[in-house]
Amino acid sequence: MKHLKPVNQKARRIDDLTSSTDEDFVALQHTPPRPHVPMGCTLAFSPGWEVDAGGGTAGLCQPVERDIYDCYVTCFWPVQVADHVNYSPDWASNCASATKDWRNLDIVFP
Amino acid sequence: MNAIVEAAPRAPAVRYRTGELHEFDAAGQNFVYLVAAGAIFMLDEGAYAVIRRLDDGALEHHQLVAALMENGYSHEDAMDLIRELLAVQGIVTDQRDMAASGPVSPPADFPLQALVLNITNQCNLACTYCYEFGSDKIATPHGKQKFMTLETAKMSVDFLLAQSPGRKAVHITFFGGETLMNFRLLRDVVFHASEQAAAHGKAITFSLTTNATLLTDEIIAFLSEHEIGVTVSMDGPPDLQDRHRVYKNGKGSYDVIEPRLRKLIAAHRTRAITARVTLSDGVTDVRRIYHHLKDELGFHEVGFAPVTNSGKQDYAINAVDMDEVLRAFNELANEWLEDALQGKTHGFSNVSETIGELFRGVNKSHPCGAGLGLLGVSASGDLSPCHRFTDADTHTLGNVRNGIDAARRVDFLARGHVGTKYDCQSCWARPLCAGGCHHEAFVRYGDTGHANLHYCDWIREWTDTCLRIYGVLAVKNPEFLDRFAVRKGLS
Repeated sequence: MKHLKPVNQKARRIDDLTSSTDEDFVALQHTPPRPHVPMGCTLAFSPGWEVDAGGGTAGLCQPVERDIYDCYVTCFWPVQVADHVNYSPDWASNCASATKDWRNLDIVFP
Repeated sequence: MNAIVEAAPRAPAVRYRTGELHEFDAAGQNFVYLVAAGAIFMLDEGAYAVIRRLDDGALEHHQLVAALMENGYSHEDAMDLIRELLAVQGIVTDQRDMAASGPVSPPADFPLQALVLNITNQCNLACTYCYEFGSDKIATPHGKQKFMTLETAKMSVDFLLAQSPGRKAVHITFFGGETLMNFRLLRDVVFHASEQAAAHGKAITFSLTTNATLLTDEIIAFLSEHEIGVTVSMDGPPDLQDRHRVYKNGKGSYDVIEPRLRKLIAAHRTRAITARVTLSDGVTDVRRIYHHLKDELGFHEVGFAPVTNSGKQDYAINAVDMDEVLRAFNELANEWLEDALQGKTHGFSNVSETIGELFRGVNKSHPCGAGLGLLGVSASGDLSPCHRFTDADTHTLGNVRNGIDAARRVDFLARGHVGTKYDCQSCWARPLCAGGCHHEAFVRYGDTGHANLHYCDWIREWTDTCLRIYGVLAVKNPEFLDRFAVRKGLS
């Protein structure tokens, strides 16, 4: 930087960071674009294809693995999930806690 | 075929305004302290001119460029200035979302670095302002163990070593009551802990706080041999020391400690010997206290802090005297600077501490390490955020026998986070202060998460003083500042 001289360690880190990018002033005027997030089921107040502010799934109000039940039990998302009502009522019986036990959910062989 | 061609929406004009910063000048130069980061930059005339231009409100890009060009800057210079200031957030726009800035919370499994062992809650003095025994005490020691047992101490050591994964060095501070009333335990712990730390491949260091009344030649030799840092709680020359630091019969303690201190300072050469002064009503003559402790008794460092109180105690310092204290702090700070310009170390540790933090550019999520890297342990083994909460049932965070109470620790840390303190959000000194002492906040406001509003102005003035000192050194003796790059020893 030509006009600002960093005089403490934090300022020097910022200096290093800004000199290693080539953002011009227009880029710096705006918030950098966030990752694209699909809308999914969030309109139905259920955490469907939801991600947290960082684009990840670690900070959601419900574990992401729990989404499977919205397809299996309440069935509002027509995907290839076992049918809770007619054919596979026990499909999730080995899965007490979706976060821990989701690996127990198996393929259905009719 | 009809085609609907949408006109591209006109982007709103970008307007620049000053970012969150604190300006100061030193040695004829202009500086900014950037609050979101804790960074310090020296400005050249152009950068300074940009910030002055924005004093009267926001300007659009073309207006700012035009204003700078009127002042003789080329178009290229103007663009560079704007780009650099935007990059460090010295200036900001409404189109840039700054909401995400601010210190994040430390990870939940933050490793321990230090324990403060309250090896006894008994004391042979009866200092009238004591936060452990005085009118504002929060400790509830009734019916609890008075002296820590070796079994509890060993468990504490094991706890510290187990809870500090990834750390190369850990630290134990011995505290009281009067620490030396349980010296035998202290000695055994030093032996045990050194052995255990070595077995874990960690370094370990020790320190203690004492009122110095019980120091003997043997104790001094032990402390020196084992490189144990010593902090002496004392208030200054006889008339000031004996005002509050008295025995239960009211007799002052100066005459008892003076010969012991001289021996300690002469014989203990392996660690800095520090005095910690509590300023209270009538004990505000900072310069006299400093020079007595530093020059006449020979302490290496002297630190000062106003007495913690609920605001209702007669030993509290009134507002007029607090101004006097700040004035005296500034005078001593000038002495510190004069020494620093000659490359000499001055013993006024309030300045050294702040300069060290400014050098690193700290941006604290919490005011101190309490409940994070540091925990207090009471004589019975109860854990607390720090030594000031020892034996206070309201703040127990578990026990060394069965570990940290994670839920209570989370609650304590969530309350203490600077982001939850409304009043701090508009304060430029928050990267260093973060709302101030959890314990003081509890005594004053009944909530550890309350900002210590009674000393905000004071903190800002003091931080400004230290920033100016920092600026002078950055211009005239930057090598001196580099000394702060070495992390302060664990003493």
